This record gives sequence, structure tokens and C-alpha cells, in this order.
Amino acid sequence: MVAIAERPTEEQTLESRHSIIIRFGGESGEGVKSTGELLTQVAARAGFEVLTFQTYPAEIKGGHSIYQVRLSSEQLYTEGDRLDVLLAFNQEGYDKSYEELSADGLLLFDEGNVTDFHYPQQGKRHVALPLTRLAKEELKFELGKNVVGVGMLSGLFGFDVEPINRLITEKFTRKGEDVVAKNKKAFEVGYRYIEEIFPDRVNYHIQTPTTQRADTIIVGGNQNLSMGALAGRCTHIFGYPITPASDILEFLAAELPKVGGVAIQAEDEIASMGMVLGASYTGRRAMTCTSGPGLSLMVEMLGLSGMAELPAVIVNVQRAGPSTGMPTKHEQGDLNMAVYAGHGEVPRIVLAPVSVDDCFWRAIDAFNLAEAYQVPVILLSDTVLAVRTESITRPDLSKIKIVPRLTFDPQDSLNGKNGETINPNQNANTDVSATGNASESGSIDNSATGGTPGATPEVIANIAGSELGQAANMQNDAKKVNDGEGDEVDLEIAARRGYELYQRYAITENGVSPMSIPGQAGGQYTSTGLEHNEFSRPRYDVASHTKMTDKRARKLAAAVKEAPAPYRVGDPTAEIGVLTWGSTAGVAHEAMDMAAKLGIKVDVIAPRMIWPIPTAQLDDFIASKRVVIIPECNYAGQFANLLNTHYRRDFVRINVYGGAPIRSSEILAEIQKANDQH
Amino acid sequence: METIQQVKIVERTTEDYKSDTKPTWCPGCGDFGVLNAVYSSLQMKGKDPKDIVAVSGIGCSSRLPFFMSSYGFHSVHGRAMPVSTGIKVGNPNLELVAFGGDGDGFAIGAGHFVHAARRNLNICYVIMDNNIYGLTKGQASPTSDVGFVTKTTPRGSQDVPLNPLMLALSMGATYVARAFSGKPKELADMILKGMEHPGFAVIDVFSPCPTFNKVNTFKYYRDEAIDLPSDHDNSNYFQALERAANHDPYYLGVIYENKDKPSFEDHVFAKVATELQTPEQVLTDLFKKFS
Repeated sequence: MVAIAERPTEEQTLESRHSIIIRFGGESGEGVKSTGELLTQVAARAGFEVLTFQTYPAEIKGGHSIYQVRLSSEQLYTEGDRLDVLLAFNQEGYDKSYEELSADGLLLFDEGNVTDFHYPQQGKRHVALPLTRLAKEELKFELGKNVVGVGMLSGLFGFDVEPINRLITEKFTRKGEDVVAKNKKAFEVGYRYIEEIFPDRVNYHIQTPTTQRADTIIVGGNQNLSMGALAGRCTHIFGYPITPASDILEFLAAELPKVGGVAIQAEDEIASMGMVLGASYTGRRAMTCTSGPGLSLMVEMLGLSGMAELPAVIVNVQRAGPSTGMPTKHEQGDLNMAVYAGHGEVPRIVLAPVSVDDCFWRAIDAFNLAEAYQVPVILLSDTVLAVRTESITRPDLSKIKIVPRLTFDPQDSLNGKNGETINPNQNANTDVSATGNASESGSIDNSATGGTPGATPEVIANIAGSELGQAANMQNDAKKVNDGEGDEVDLEIAARRGYELYQRYAITENGVSPMSIPGQAGGQYTSTGLEHNEFSRPRYDVASHTKMTDKRARKLAAAVKEAPAPYRVGDPTAEIGVLTWGSTAGVAHEAMDMAAKLGIKVDVIAPRMIWPIPTAQLDDFIASKRVVIIPECNYAGQFANLLNTHYRRDFVRINVYGGAPIRSSEILAEIQKANDQH
Repeated sequence: METIQQVKIVERTTEDYKSDTKPTWCPGCGDFGVLNAVYSSLQMKGKDPKDIVAVSGIGCSSRLPFFMSSYGFHSVHGRAMPVSTGIKVGNPNLELVAFGGDGDGFAIGAGHFVHAARRNLNICYVIMDNNIYGLTKGQASPTSDVGFVTKTTPRGSQDVPLNPLMLALSMGATYVARAFSGKPKELADMILKGMEHPGFAVIDVFSPCPTFNKVNTFKYYRDEAIDLPSDHDNSNYFQALERAANHDPYYLGVIYENKDKPSFEDHVFAKVATELQTPEQVLTDLFKKFS
């Protein structure tokens, strides 16, 4: 466990303060969240970058919760290490967060609600704010306490009032003019109060950004992931409520019907995955969303998806485990499960978004990869990303690319072709990565309509009666259909039918076979979890299992070539490298910035595809750096261990596993150590 | 994209519904009777095999989809119901018949059975009930009698058997029937009606396992199971429950039928917007909301 280093201090002059970190702490349900959310909106309207962090108690009634808002005129990557301002609504708010206040931090507290100041104060400043008194007695508007609080903070940070008044109007206009006026008054009362009691408030003013970022949205990780699913042409979601993933099911339950889609709350996670595979079987782009305990339940279905080659997207929003664990706390503990879970060798792809913005694009990638390679794709988000709201640039919808499934064409049966002779790439847009320079959106083909004309029984009979069906050929075909050990073919029926012309699992160069969907004539097959031959007949012999295992593995070898580009920042010539995944990438970015200010060069990389390991993206980095630091929020160093199955070198591991996100100061400390060694 | 075909009535025979795979069952297996009844019912319905999906779990009876020329989904143990649910909301126009055994359906699958029934999922579910686990070579199942001796219950099974019909009725199934593989004509009629039924149709079929179950044999069922009396009112829910509860004798026939309840698919697709938007339109609105 790495000792927490102090953030490098810098002169906080009027001109140089670029960001401020404020945390609200109090009883869950007493306004912590609404105050935080309102301040976030206010700050975003004022033109600042905003990034939030929250915790909730695991129980429904009562318990402590915090809402942390970081505002800055510059790009943000994490919620920050030390607090500049702590607003405690009650004693617990003080007790739980005071020690994270920086050396010259400011404690604001609801007058009368915090009485026991048992920590050493040192350089910190304490100011009582009569939030309740002002709201209840002066304004006769007890519920307005939050708005009073935000008014005070706006005064403290020097926000422009105009855009905030406009925001208040927008927010409350549908509740009537009285309500709008009441809230505006509450805001003003708070703002004026600070002007009276804080003559030196200019020290907390944050520099207004010089360039306003156009087209900004404030959105949470789960919401952005859900929007990415919509963009990725998801039409079906089946899920079961679980913290912290329920938002996704709820969001898509509201939105999917608008595009003709379906959202079902299943009876459990196993049923959810069963429904996903059923819908996928009919040609739908289907997903589920869950957390660790749910993914554990889905493992058998994951195997079926991999064996039967049914596309599926499984979002796992990781939380602290094992078992029930800590439902509202952060951990990157499910990498092992995502990569390895499933008896036997189940092919799958694992992606991990690195930021709120990334959640949108990786969701699209997840669908494209699942459909293109007919595999399950696990999208690993985490609690930090799930609950974080951030101001991001509105996603550019013109950059979305959709990759359809490679589908069976009944015409090919008519032409006497089977899977072996079809060019597997003829319909597929092989570039599945959603972000990139290409801006054409591909053809969207996810409709499962029946009625395609083609190989009717008469047509097949004709082929059987033609040259194809002649005795000599029949011998060869008979041997082929009765290959191996397994279900036996009735040769008489087979001969009459002209043999099975459609090979669901046709052996192809990249392992991907054209897939039929129910309703297509001539495409019939029984999808199964049993090992099988090309025609999906159960087969138990050595040749079949070897051939099919190779085929399934070949798909992954092809898919990894289309891994989305890694997150890469810093100095590529640096000797010190930080390699990580998921939300820890943002923390590494901030640590890199901090190191740069100290004159230390650092190179940061976070692959977005975790499995298969995108070795082409990592080979140089891992070979050339003098030191490679791998920080992650788990005990064992799951990503480091995974990389060690391929790369023979030591990594400097940073493992944080208490349930709170890793801090940039912890990564910086290791960077400094590595730098000092040289 | 549909091209206009010559209108031609395609006369289908039972042969059209057979796959070219030989059934994997032991000679004398009750499931052969069920299979033949399935072919008959499909021939009577006359649907194109390409528009039919047979879904199953794991077990001897769950191998049935492989013996049909339609589409099939041989899933995992106990999960035919969720997979069927996904298929029906993926493409509600498909004719879906689900198959499985008493272990697949009422042990591991019991939970999903409950929810499929209460949703009134529009499928026909044919359970081949042999009161034993056949594929794993002879263990007690949820429908085995108390005292049934098997390799896992050498001193006799102690659990009171589950009554599939009562479970189906109490969970909201709207077509509940019991059949016997030794009477395939009646079974074929029930399957046909079950397919045509606009909701969750369940048929529990006594389908003896001659290899492992020496108690619940063909003879046993010929003696113990009789047709429902002619005065049975299968629109009467409580009468249905009463007759379903009877083990002495077991009643064969359609014990309950209610065509008035909307199906799961009806509900689900009623929620889909009448005027559809593109994902881009929905996203643009959402971005506005979040700005």
C-alpha cells in the first residue's frame, strides 16, 4: 500500500487558481445530492469544466452520503485528491470528510448542525453558514436550503449571476412563476450573505475559462453508456436491477420504445442473458447490464453465447466484491472473471471505457464487435464512471459507424454454394472501431423479417434431382454429413433433400460464418451448446472439436486487429510509463500532468480492449520503458497478471483495494520513486 | 425485401417437418409418440418450417429440435423459457414450440416456468414427463412419486411431487392440458390447439422412459390416466384446479382454456411508439435535455 503523498503545493494567487474541489457531506436524503447537482449545473452554465464523484449508503433509509464537484477552467480527468471546500450539512459530514480537506482548505457548515470540532484545525478555515435559518425563517422556504447554499457558493467562487438566473427559470418554470421567483430569491439571499461575511472571497474565485466550449452536455457515465447503446443500434435490453447498473436498464426502458425497441425486466440475471441470446438468435442487437454478482450468474449463458456463436453485449458496471461486497463502492475486481469465466474455453471480447465520454463510443464498439465476430462482448465499466457526471463535448453523431452481422443469403443456397465458398468479408465493413476518421455510417441491417424468397422445398428437390444429386456426388456428401461421432443422419431423407446446403458454422479464414435468422428459407439449423460440425449437428469426435475450437479462436485473432485505439497521453519518449485500464486512466493522466510540472516525463497508455490482449498496441511500450507502473483498484493486480501471461517483464504494481478510487498522488509517488532510482 | 411470389398453395406432409437426423432415443421411448404427434400437428397447421422455432433445454426430450426441419435452439438446462421469451420479442411472428422434460422444466427451470406463465408468453410448451432424469441415467425428478427408488434416492425419494398443471394454472397459464404419448392423435390435436392458442399453452405429456423408469410405464399410464369427463367445463378455473389436482385418476385433455387474456407480446409491443424515431433523433433530444 503506497503512502499518500501531499499534492505539490503551488501559489494560489488570484490569477492562477484554475480549479476548485468542493464536497457536500450529510445525511442521505437531506439535500446533499440536490445541492451538488444544482451546483454542477450552475458551474457548467458558467462555462466551467465539471466532474463529480458521489457515494451513497448501501441502505435505502439514512446513512451518510457525499457529493463532490470539481470545477475548472481546464480539462479534468479525476475528482481530485484533496478538498478545497467542504460543506458539512451535519456532524457526520464533518467527521467523515474533514481529514481530506487540504491544509488551507475551507470548512463551511450548516450553523448549529456541527458542534464537535475534534480534528486539529491547523491552517484550515471554519465558517458557519445559517443555511437552515435563512431558508426557514427569513425566506419561509425550508426546501430552498439547497438553493441558498448554491447561492452562497456562487458568491464565493465569483460566478456570473446572469446565466444562473436563466438556469433557475428553466428548471422551475413548469412549476409556475411563484416557484421560479422563490428560488431566485433564495439564490440571491445566499449570494448576498457571502458578500457580507467574506470580504476576501476573491481568494476563492476561479478563473473563468477564456474559450467557451461549444456543445457541452453534462452527463453521467451510465447515461452516456446507455446513449452509446442507442447509437450502436441496440434494440433490445433485458436486465435485472442491481446497483450500480440499474440506471442503464431504466434509461433504455424509457428510450428504446421510441426507436421501436424493447426493454424487459427479467426475473433474474440468468433469464436476462437467456432472453438476450433468444433475441440475438432472431437477428437483434441485444444487451444486458449488470454488476459483479449478476455476471457471476450469467457465466453459463456466456458459455452458450461463445459456443453457439450468438452475438451478445454484456455491460458489467463493477463494484467492490467479492460476493455481495460493497454495492456502492469502487473496485476494478472483475477483470479476471470477464476474461476467464466459463468452463471450457469460451471465446469473448472484453472492452473497458476510460472516461464518461468513452462510455458512449465503447458501447458502440461493443455492439459492432459482437455482431461482426458473433461473440459475447463484456463492457467493463465501474462505480466511479457510473456515478460521475461530467461536462463533455456532445458526441458527434456523424462519427458513428455501424457494423452489421454477416448474414446468410438464401440466394447462395440456390446457386449451389455452401459456406465454404462464400467470401466471409463480402458484406462486412471490417473496421468496427466506432471512433476514427471515417465518418460514413454503415448500413444498418438488424431487422429480422421473414419472407425472403429462396430455397423452397421444391427448389431443393430440384437440386437434388440435378447433377448435384447424382450418385457419385451423393457418396461424397453422405460421407460429409455423417462425419465424426455424434447425431446420425438418415441418408434417405438427406438424399431426398439434396443434403443440408446451409452451413451455419462454415469454416472460413477469419472464423466468421454467415448467420441465418429464423424466417429465412434454407437457413434452418438448431443452435446448440453441444460441440458441432459445420451444419450444427452435435459432434463429439477429435476432428470436429479441434476444428471448431480453432475456428472460434480464429475469430478473436481477427477481432483484436480491430481493437479501438488505446488512450495515450504524455511524452512517448519518456522512460517511465504508466499502463492501466478503466477509470484509473484519468487518474494516471492527472499524475502525469503533476509529474510534468516537476520536470518528470511520463508516458501513459490505457488499452480499451482488455481481451484479447491488443499486443500490437502494447509491445513497444512494454519493451522500451525503463519502468512500467500498473496502478489498478484491486488486490491481485489482475491486469498486470494478465499481461504477464504474455509479457515477460516485471511491472511496478500499485494496488488500491479499500473501495475508494485510487488517487493521483499515489501514482505520482511511484513515478517520483522511479525517477529517483535513475 | 420481399419479391412477389407466385401464389401457390404448398401442401405439406409430415415428412416436410422431419430433419434428416435420426432421433437419439432408446427404442420404445415415449418421446417417439410425442415426436410423431408434433409432426402431425405441424402438418395440420401447415406453416413453413422456416417460420417455426423449436426451443429446448437439456435432456433426452430436449433433443427434439434436432429432429425437426425448422429452426431450433437447444439451449442450457432449465432455460428454454427465457430463451423463448427473447425469441418472441425478437420476432413475434415466429411460431414457437418449446420442448423439455420434467427435470429441465420443473427442477432447475421451475422459476422461469412461473414467469413465462404469468407473462402469458404466446408459445406452446410441450413437457415430456417421464418422472425421472433419463439422460443422466436414472435419478429422481420433481415429478417422481414419494418413495421412488433411484441411484440418488436409494432409500426412496422424500419430496412431494410437483403438480405441473396446478403450477401452470396458479401462475396464470391460459391453456393447460395433459396428454399421454401412448395416445398420439389426441396429443397432436392438443399441440395444434396449443400453437393456435393466443397465450401460454402448456401440455404435460406422460412420456415413459422404458430404460430407467420401471414404475411409471406405458401400462401404468394406460391404467392410471383417463380422459376428462364429458361434462368438464374447461373455462371454469376452479374446476380445472380440482381436476388438475387429481392423481387417482390423472385426467387427460384440455383442462383449462382462456383466450381472453392479452399475451406478453401484446403488452410489450403496445408499449412501442406508434411513430418511430431514429436513434439520432432520440439522441439529439437527449443531448438537448443534458445541455
